[in-house]
Amino acid sequence: MIQFEQVGKRFGDFVAVDNLSLRLADGEFTVLIGPSGSGKSTTLKMINRLVEHDQGRILFAGQEIRSFREEDLRRRMGYAIQSIGLFPHWTVAQNIATVPALLKWPKARVAARVEELLHLLGLPPAEFSRRYPHQLSGGQQQRVGVARALAADPEVLLMDEPFGALDPVTRSALQTEIARIHQVSGKAIVLVTHDIDEALLLADRIVMLDRGRVVQDGTPRQILLEPASDFVTSFVGRSEVGLKLLALDQVASRMRQDQHIEGPAITGTATLREALSALIANRTEQLPVVDEHGHTIGSIHVADLLDIAA
Amino acid sequence: MQAVHNRVLLLLWLLGAMAAWQWPLLTHAPNRLVTGVGMTLASCLTGWHVLILIPALLLGVASFVSPRPAREVVVLLACATWLAGLLAVGGDVARTLANTDSSYSRTSFGGGTWALWVLGWLAAADALGRLKLNPRDTVLVALAVLAPGVVLLFSGALAELSVLKEYANRQDVFDAALLRHLAIVAATLVPTLLIGVPLGVAAFRRAGLRGPLFSVLNIIQTIPSIALFGLLIAPLAALAAHVPLLGELGVSGIGVTPAVIALTLYSLLPMARSTTAGLEQVPAAVVEAARGMGLSRRQVFWQVEVPLALPVLLSGLRITTVQAIGLTTVAALIGAGGFGAIMFQGLLSSALDLVLLGAVPVIALAIAADAVFKLLVSLLGARGQ
Repeated sequence: MIQFEQVGKRFGDFVAVDNLSLRLADGEFTVLIGPSGSGKSTTLKMINRLVEHDQGRILFAGQEIRSFREEDLRRRMGYAIQSIGLFPHWTVAQNIATVPALLKWPKARVAARVEELLHLLGLPPAEFSRRYPHQLSGGQQQRVGVARALAADPEVLLMDEPFGALDPVTRSALQTEIARIHQVSGKAIVLVTHDIDEALLLADRIVMLDRGRVVQDGTPRQILLEPASDFVTSFVGRSEVGLKLLALDQVASRMRQDQHIEGPAITGTATLREALSALIANRTEQLPVVDEHGHTIGSIHVADLLDIAA
Repeated sequence: MQAVHNRVLLLLWLLGAMAAWQWPLLTHAPNRLVTGVGMTLASCLTGWHVLILIPALLLGVASFVSPRPAREVVVLLACATWLAGLLAVGGDVARTLANTDSSYSRTSFGGGTWALWVLGWLAAADALGRLKLNPRDTVLVALAVLAPGVVLLFSGALAELSVLKEYANRQDVFDAALLRHLAIVAATLVPTLLIGVPLGVAAFRRAGLRGPLFSVLNIIQTIPSIALFGLLIAPLAALAAHVPLLGELGVSGIGVTPAVIALTLYSLLPMARSTTAGLEQVPAAVVEAARGMGLSRRQVFWQVEVPLALPVLLSGLRITTVQAIGLTTVAALIGAGGFGAIMFQGLLSSALDLVLLGAVPVIALAIAADAVFKLLVSLLGARGQ
């Protein structure tokens, strides 16, 4: 889908990206992560040519991105940013319809698409489509920002720290939302963040950058279990690797289905990390597991949590 | 317990009481050229004229009422009545005097009326500010407060006042001056927009251009208007002499052409500056999102930057228009006509009422233009942001 071949970018004397080679697959959720100045945002913006690369080649759908007209390229990619950048003088519906309008879709198709997306992001159209951005909360604005990025059914979704400015509760709700959208749509997503928990939660694949170079490229599990360098270990947080591993799996994947016990229950969709927390808080060695309707489906024992590397 | 709840209103009221006591409300003279004899407010209060004390008393009491919207509404109503009442009393006294005295006699507003009018208007503005309405309603209510006075002016009830007698004598001159004044302002705004806005856009795009451009425009702004008019006479006269076509089109060293050129030069600074400022305050994230979404540079400019810069740009146009309305008065000195011509004629013949006949409409035009643009900006603002 998107391929970087020995790509470099300098701003004056500052090397933002150095000899970067990457291949981002169809349908994959890739997270670019690193500290400030690591080149993660530059890498993202080179994909839609908001920043032009000055060495190497970047291929999109098999062709060098410079062979496309800038605007055409961008209209095939969704783009959502941290400060959202909704057009304050346009309604929610007009904002979402930006790219379809540029692509000159028929009106009825645009209206239907806007309605569909508002539903997808949990914003009832009757209530929200005619509002202006300043009449929305930060979380609602970011939902509209994501809907706008998805509007023209782009081949890839580029997100530059989309949840950075949100409060923790709203952020976690939107992270769940974007994970669901990724599952439903099967679209390739490239997301930039400096939050390792966000990366571990969302990514199929994490590309960790430092000073313009890739320091490790792998699944969340590989990043945690086989850190390529001290930098990776310290970025992940040396003392919390175990807990972060637990956060990667759901209770349902480790529970004992045959044992039904009494006590305060935990849902099967909770993470193992949440299960550990609940075990400790309840001062018990095991907890019953329930499904979303509250029916008991099994139990989880503290020993089950240890089997993490499998 | 706090006794005085609105010190501003109380101060205005006390000043008004002093003005009413010290200064003549009207002056009366046997003809238009001699200095008149003053008439105090007290001497004018005969018959129904006493009624204008009601709004005055209400305004006096209002300072002691605790703040609430109802108080401000009463103050605004009282101000509207007061402003119209002052005019009505003046007009009625003038008519009575014209019937009893010779028809050459002149009755004019004295310092007292002007002071009380301004104080009444300030009281209304204060109440309006306290109501905290949105900008559009603020303008509309302000116009409503002025409306009764304007209606009175056109009703003929004030016809015996000296200013309006001057108007009656010079109606053609006045109407021609109004048209000329508006024509000069309009003729100034067209090149101002055509040159000022692109200059502002260029300054926004190229930071290097900003310093030199605004320095030059600033220097132009500091040249006194009379001097600039004078400086333009020689080159324009020479140009008209050498290029006969321009001369036939009406270009000459004096008259409308140098006036419009000079006024345009003055207008460029506020216009270009507000254009640049308007574009600069468009959030960078919005522009980045627009580009990232695939809007071309031209689309970003027309669909995002221009609409978002428009309120600031319009407030620049407002300043430009109000400034042009005022400066056009001075352009009368180089033969451009307009209300300035009436004013200077009055000054040269020491006829104060003639000066007023030229000056008051200029003030009214400036206030009207200001209000219209503010209304426009607030209507745009209501759409989003």
